[in-house]
Amino acid sequence: MSKLMKIFTGDSFILSIVAIIMGLILGALVMLIGGYDPFEAYSALLTRVYGDSYNFGEAIREMTPLIMTGLAFAFAARTGLFNIGGEGQFLIGMTAASIVGIHVHGLPVYIHAPLAVIAGAVFGGLWAAIAGYLKAARGVNEVISCIMLNWIGLYLSNMIINNYALLDGENRSVDIQPTASIAIGWLSEMMGNARVHWGTVIALLAAVFFYIFMWKTKQGYELRAVGFNQDASKYAGMNVNRNVVKAMFISGAFAGLGGAFTVLGVFGYQSVMASSPGTGFDGIAVALIGMNNPFGIILGSILFGTLTYGSAGMSFSADVPPEIVRIVIGAIIFFIAAQGIVRWVLKPFYAKRKKEKVL
Amino acid sequence: MDTATPVVELKQITKRFPGIVANDSISLKLQKGEIHALLGENGAGKSTLMNIVFGLYQPDEGSIEIDGKPVIIDGPNRAIELGIGMVHQHFKLVQPFTVTENIILGSEPRKGARINYRKATEEIRKLSEQYGLRVDPNAKIHDISVGMQQRVEILKTLYRGADILIFDEPTAVLTPQEISELMEIMQRLIQEGKSIILITHKLKEIMQIADTVTIIRRGKVIDTVKKTETTPQELAEKMVGRNVSFKVDKKAAEPGEVVMYMENILSKNKDGMAVLNSLNLQVRAGEILGIAGVDGNGQTELIEALTGLRHVDGGKITLHGKDITNLTPRKVTESGVAHIPEDRHKHGLVLDFSVSENMVLETYYKAPYNKNGFLQYDEVDKKATRLVEAFDVRTPSIHTMARSLSGGNQQKAIIAREIDKNPELLVAAQPTRGLDVGAIEFVQKQLIAQRDQGKAVLLISFELDEIMNVSDRIAVIYEGQIVGEVLPEQTNDQELGLMMAGSTVKRGAAHE
Repeated sequence: MSKLMKIFTGDSFILSIVAIIMGLILGALVMLIGGYDPFEAYSALLTRVYGDSYNFGEAIREMTPLIMTGLAFAFAARTGLFNIGGEGQFLIGMTAASIVGIHVHGLPVYIHAPLAVIAGAVFGGLWAAIAGYLKAARGVNEVISCIMLNWIGLYLSNMIINNYALLDGENRSVDIQPTASIAIGWLSEMMGNARVHWGTVIALLAAVFFYIFMWKTKQGYELRAVGFNQDASKYAGMNVNRNVVKAMFISGAFAGLGGAFTVLGVFGYQSVMASSPGTGFDGIAVALIGMNNPFGIILGSILFGTLTYGSAGMSFSADVPPEIVRIVIGAIIFFIAAQGIVRWVLKPFYAKRKKEKVL
Repeated sequence: MDTATPVVELKQITKRFPGIVANDSISLKLQKGEIHALLGENGAGKSTLMNIVFGLYQPDEGSIEIDGKPVIIDGPNRAIELGIGMVHQHFKLVQPFTVTENIILGSEPRKGARINYRKATEEIRKLSEQYGLRVDPNAKIHDISVGMQQRVEILKTLYRGADILIFDEPTAVLTPQEISELMEIMQRLIQEGKSIILITHKLKEIMQIADTVTIIRRGKVIDTVKKTETTPQELAEKMVGRNVSFKVDKKAAEPGEVVMYMENILSKNKDGMAVLNSLNLQVRAGEILGIAGVDGNGQTELIEALTGLRHVDGGKITLHGKDITNLTPRKVTESGVAHIPEDRHKHGLVLDFSVSENMVLETYYKAPYNKNGFLQYDEVDKKATRLVEAFDVRTPSIHTMARSLSGGNQQKAIIAREIDKNPELLVAAQPTRGLDVGAIEFVQKQLIAQRDQGKAVLLISFELDEIMNVSDRIAVIYEGQIVGEVLPEQTNDQELGLMMAGSTVKRGAAHE
């Protein structure tokens, strides 16, 4: 547990917090220039999210898939891969869960729902493993194959829904079987029908799994070694190519789970989409804010979810355009990436600390 | 002592980093027209001091005077203005650019909006002739030898009008021939009125070329002496702080049965050219076989083929009679081969792993480190603690990142790990490269200790002295073939040198 403590007192945690504060300040400046009251705006944002139980539940719904796509990106990043294909893996996960949820009949809920969830994870993982395989076998850069797989994933999903599960006359699939639903009925009722679901619990468990797998197991050791130094890993007798495919599979499984939750827990059906939902890309931002640390990602998605979900409230009661929130998020990521600026702001504090250390 | 104003004078320079004083009130005078060597072990603070002179760091205390005038050097640009040039250990060149393009980068002569290449090329050619650098201004960097790349770095500083040149470990990457060429160039520079600071830990070079030597140990100046008034022995003792023996103590070898046998090995590179060609080699138990050769004659490929990192296209490698040709690196390791790799940063360590994690790089999947798929960090740490103590790896903690250890201690960590595997055959590729006297002594002793325990040791080194001192038998490699075998006590540098050059004179041309 001392490791956990270190996360919160460590250099990178402080840098993240300062970057977030600077991002919020920059957003406030933009609002001032635009003639809005930033205090009113931010308080409206917070009231919206944390003011009543319905909206709180809905905000959690917003955060859950971000945890998953954030974990997906971070897992690959920890093993030296840039998985920009979270979007496609998310969509394939959705579609796999939909098909299992719609077309498998006669199973009890405790088998059907997990089966649909697992289908989402497996197919999301396989989708990512394609990019991993291409890299391992043919040396194709995973960024390029992932971007292409995102588009293929989008149209393939639409095609499958159109052909095999379309609700007549609508631009969406038929509803999933009730036995495949992972919504938490009683909690939902308590929270004014907010769409809360078991996926959130699984997402938190997934973060714990991420931590244990990466830092406690033999496999994780191997993946991290490959991520840091492929040559040394080869020298040490590890199979680098197999690790690349494995890492992509696990990474994609995280994203696929996120997609499965969205179908099975939130909507109960899948729409035919004109464009990607963007959850996969937002996951990259969340992973950056969370410094690729699973617990940092939970915090990152709380921040990201709060800002995006609250932005609606901001525009509603403070009349501030919700796009401002995108500026804030962009600024936060900028400050996190440009650590030099944050360090410069912190310099006076650091100088003091350093002196103490030397003495 | 000297009445003339020094070209550079450092006064009481102190530089602190968190937890360490890298330079502790260091004073140094560089006279015009001299080569002033800065001698010290790895991590003694030589590079920090020179980075201060070149404006990359600011001193916490102390001042710098150039030609008697106090100056503040707040960046490399300011240093260049003041006539200071630095030839870095790791070249800072753009590979696909030509020599001219690299040299003018950042201070391009213009003709209107365009770069005046003709003028630049002309000027570089003139400089090159003046100092005897023999550089073709139109050659691309990736086409020229390492030695010539270094001369391009020297030209770069001269082109910017440097009068004071700092050489940071310039010979670390050079072959013996290139080293003597560099020595000539440095003398030429002095004749033309330049002054040189030479950072090094090689005593041989200092005795050959320096005028004055300043010895630094743990951030402090120990002494400044004239070369003519000192001996290598004295310098080494001042640098390390204790007695050092240059001679390697060892008993006569008692070779046993053949442990490793390489027969007619053929290996081709991507272009289908044979990099190893009908190569035959055997190593016996209880002996150190040294491979001598000029860099690039198949040494790297030989090790890769042996350790499973390179595909063998023909021939057979056996270990105790068991065929290990083209096995995976893991299988080779498991058959009893340990490998101290040539490039410790690239192959030997995962620099972002802790010392502890690095200690199980090849054994993490075995008991007791792996139990049901979970890594047993208690066991790993126990092993690391034991090895760090036994091999005197100086690290603040076993949980320190391997990256933050000095080169010598990184190498000790690797050697500890490899020897602890209790191998049948120990392959040591350039095990002392870049290490200081104390660490070299340690490494060589370990190799001999392995031999005395009846292990077979294969040593590859470009340092002829090391091959001569440590090996029991020497095989010479030339163009992917073993061209001869000699006993160290029955040969000398000249004979080996000739064999390494393929017994003909065509070697010299191959470097250009």
